[in-house]
Amino acid sequence: MITSTFWILLTGSLAAASCALVGSFLVLRKQSMMGDAISHAVLPGIAIAFLLTSSRNTFPMLLGAGAFGLITVYFTEFLHKRGRLLHDTSMGIVFTSLFAFGVILISLYAAQVDLDQECVLYGEIAYIPWDLWIWNGLNMGPRPVWILGLVLVLNLAFVGFFYKELKVYAFSPEYAASLGIPVGLVHYGLMGSVSFSTIASFESVGAILVVALLIVPPATAYLLTEKLKPMLILAMATGVLSAVSGYYLALFLNASIAGSIAVMTGVFFLGAYLFSPSDGVLTRRYRKTDALPEPDEFAVL
Amino acid sequence: MSNKIPPIEVHDLTVAYRKKPVLWDIDFDVPEGKLIAVVGPNGAGKSTLIKTIMGLIDPVSGKILVYGKPVDRERPRIAYVPQRESVDWDFPISVYELVLMGRYSHLKLFHRPGSNDRRIATEALEKVGMSAYANRQISQLSGGQQQRVFLARALAQQADIYLMDEPLAGVDAATEATIFELLRVLRDEGKTVLVVHHDLQTVSGNFDWVMLLNLRLVSFGPVEEVFTAENLQKAYGGRLNILTQVVELAREKSFVRESGHE
Amino acid sequence: MNELLNILQYMDDPNARYVLTGTFLLGLSAGVLGCFAILRRRALVGDAVAHAVLPGVCLAFIIVGDKDPFALLIGSMVFGWISMIVMDAIVRNTRLSTDAAIGMVLSVFFGLGVVLLTYIQSTGNVNQSGLDAFLFGNAASLMPGDVQVFGTLSVIILITVAVSYKEMKMVSFDPDFAKSIGYPVKRIEFLIATLMVMTITVGLQAVGVVLMASMLIIPAAAGRYWTESLGIMMIIAAGVGALSGVGGTVISGLAPAMPTGPWIVVTALFLFLISFMFAPKRGEVIRKVRNMRNRVRIQDENVLKTIYLLQEQDGLDGKVRSLRDILKRRRMNIRKTRSSLGRLITGGFIDLVPGKPGGYLLTEKGRARAMRLVRVHRLWELYLTSQVQIAGDHVHDDAESMEHLITPEIEEQLTSLLGRPDTDPHRRKIPYGETTTEGGLL
Repeated sequence: MITSTFWILLTGSLAAASCALVGSFLVLRKQSMMGDAISHAVLPGIAIAFLLTSSRNTFPMLLGAGAFGLITVYFTEFLHKRGRLLHDTSMGIVFTSLFAFGVILISLYAAQVDLDQECVLYGEIAYIPWDLWIWNGLNMGPRPVWILGLVLVLNLAFVGFFYKELKVYAFSPEYAASLGIPVGLVHYGLMGSVSFSTIASFESVGAILVVALLIVPPATAYLLTEKLKPMLILAMATGVLSAVSGYYLALFLNASIAGSIAVMTGVFFLGAYLFSPSDGVLTRRYRKTDALPEPDEFAVL
Repeated sequence: MSNKIPPIEVHDLTVAYRKKPVLWDIDFDVPEGKLIAVVGPNGAGKSTLIKTIMGLIDPVSGKILVYGKPVDRERPRIAYVPQRESVDWDFPISVYELVLMGRYSHLKLFHRPGSNDRRIATEALEKVGMSAYANRQISQLSGGQQQRVFLARALAQQADIYLMDEPLAGVDAATEATIFELLRVLRDEGKTVLVVHHDLQTVSGNFDWVMLLNLRLVSFGPVEEVFTAENLQKAYGGRLNILTQVVELAREKSFVRESGHE
Repeated sequence: MNELLNILQYMDDPNARYVLTGTFLLGLSAGVLGCFAILRRRALVGDAVAHAVLPGVCLAFIIVGDKDPFALLIGSMVFGWISMIVMDAIVRNTRLSTDAAIGMVLSVFFGLGVVLLTYIQSTGNVNQSGLDAFLFGNAASLMPGDVQVFGTLSVIILITVAVSYKEMKMVSFDPDFAKSIGYPVKRIEFLIATLMVMTITVGLQAVGVVLMASMLIIPAAAGRYWTESLGIMMIIAAGVGALSGVGGTVISGLAPAMPTGPWIVVTALFLFLISFMFAPKRGEVIRKVRNMRNRVRIQDENVLKTIYLLQEQDGLDGKVRSLRDILKRRRMNIRKTRSSLGRLITGGFIDLVPGKPGGYLLTEKGRARAMRLVRVHRLWELYLTSQVQIAGDHVHDDAESMEHLITPEIEEQLTSLLGRPDTDPHRRKIPYGETTTEGGLL
């Protein structure tokens, strides 16, 4: 008998690995917030899929989410270019509006749509073990595990197949275009993968915490290495470690598992931020090169 | 008395950006009432030098004095023209509003500009030949017009020292002539003008002094004495490699001299 | 009618009036501060702060033990500030980009907030119900006390912005220059950020963490389309924000169990789209219409010019030209040429001569206008070859578009610069009529 703990850990780890893999390219491309935007904007896609099929069927939901992910990317570009708005402004307009639209759909059809805001914001990973997939009368284990497993395989295939293209694209889209790489295809392919990973992880960890899995482990890895392949592996490893340790933190505090996983990604990042051999703040201080000034113009304040 | 003190003194200045030195042990006095070009290859630290003089970047070590005092005490006497690309030209303000900002250096915080400030801003716009554009939005300006408006803002400051970062970058021939004429007028009024310049062809004849910079001060003096093939070779040529190596070595050994910073 | 009655009844309810006042004030202050957020390229920083204050609210609740609005406000302000400092530290001390820092702070702080919230829920404190209003926003539950806090904060925000408008404008536009003239840039930035955190804290209870960002971004972006002045942009943004607050509240009040926040955002989006489409100068539709008008004018002028050139070619001034003649001289789309001819007749530039062979004849007015086009075309060619040193076989295409653009003033300058020349570089005669500026625009 496999325990529910095992299933929760497996679900969390699969989600973390999937997200970290595609999230690494978002971080490298300086498009991290696209992950945030997509994870919110897929809500109407899910709601519409629910309405049309009146079930929690996975494939319509993946399709709906994928479509709205791409819609987000498209409209963000559209408002940026035609509306002459800064990229982050147009992104903010598009994803918050789509999210609002999704919430309205859910409240309008509350009877048909079995989704609530809390699930949207922080998922329900604790119920995963009871969401079983029965196939031909056989208990195949929790459904989300299969979906996340599939998405992870798809992501691995995407990154493996287009590794060279993604690498050049992450370095510089202009340079990639000059080499004849179909940049648009790679870009939308990556955004599609982000949408799928988001929607697959969404049920388990919720919209905002998906962002933690997408961005924080890759950012941690980015501070630890300057090479792409080790970065991808480190990012996935940090993601899985966060998922596992987050689960036990949640047990200890009797609090949300998804929230605790996000907190753990932050803890690992803090570790890298302070102690990274090359970039750590404390490491550099120890080496006494910290007296060098830092540029002012990037300040967020 | 006060004209014995040089407008700008820079002593033992070292500046670094993310662990990499950008300026290394720079030391010079700027003479009063001269029109000075600062030239050097890309990444030589030209912009960094004037930003550091303005106090926008903290040096790792060294001392900078403006009329013998720290720059913070003489700010109304020193005007700065940033690079054109440093601002968002789609920002919703008019040309006149931008120029009026030059007067803020003489206004107390939370005080509004008065009629005298408005007159000076209008005159500054006239001097650069942009009066007709006063009420235009800044996004409608061409590159050369943007430069002129930036210059007008500096003129409105009515300072004694002008530090300009590439005011001639990306301007057409006519604007270039206008700007050179304006710089000469400033110099003839006794102002000290330091211009980061990218075009070696136009140094002779347009500037009095020249500063050749590449990580360190290669040479600094009157154009006819300093602007020689040998010095240019030093600034732009391969000989700097040894210096770069030494600086890199110093960096690896964490040899950067510390100052009171932080 | 019924709807109107509903709205009136709704307005009558004192509780609804509190809610309306609250969302109105929120929209107002968020609109004003949003202008600084988007102009300083920090649109999504507000989003991060909105998420990051959640742990502050929870900690304040844990410490105080109930939902004292003042304590929660302090808690969220402290965490709003911590989140900004953390983002700043990440950008300063690592190679990571700003948006990565924003995304990390947003998600990790929010995760911490969720952990604390679920922890509070598991301890079974009875006072905690309603704390999740900070997550999703619940404008309907706004109490008179909350609205008083909203009002006070809005007044503080508006007065501060009015007093330090000049300084905030300067720091937002050109922080380097501001620093160079001795402005306390850091302190002014701190002030803007503090006002932002205050607005966000207030807004959370009305619209929730996710939609708070839109309250900052959408009204400001809408305001940008209408004006080129920061002051007016802020007033319009405040208006759009306030109108969205009120509109969204009323709409959601009409149907039971409708969330207020999303309807506020939808209202704001609607106003944004109107601005994006119809604002004068910057609006999309206006630009499209202007482009279309220009294309039509160019088409008309080309047809008119072609008739003139036919006459110049064979010297037969009174000869009627058919559509076929015109299209033979210059290849153009038949349908478009027909509609141009129609417009030119209505405008009195050509006459339609019936009969066999029927066709078109230039009127005096049409002749003058066509002559001017040809004249400007040839003057421009001459200018390009003689003054700009462009080869004679490269100037035609440029002149072909410039002839529609050059104003009478520029034409005059060209004429005097070139000394009223007789021929163009291709030795064609430059026609000067009696009048030089006749028949400008349609």
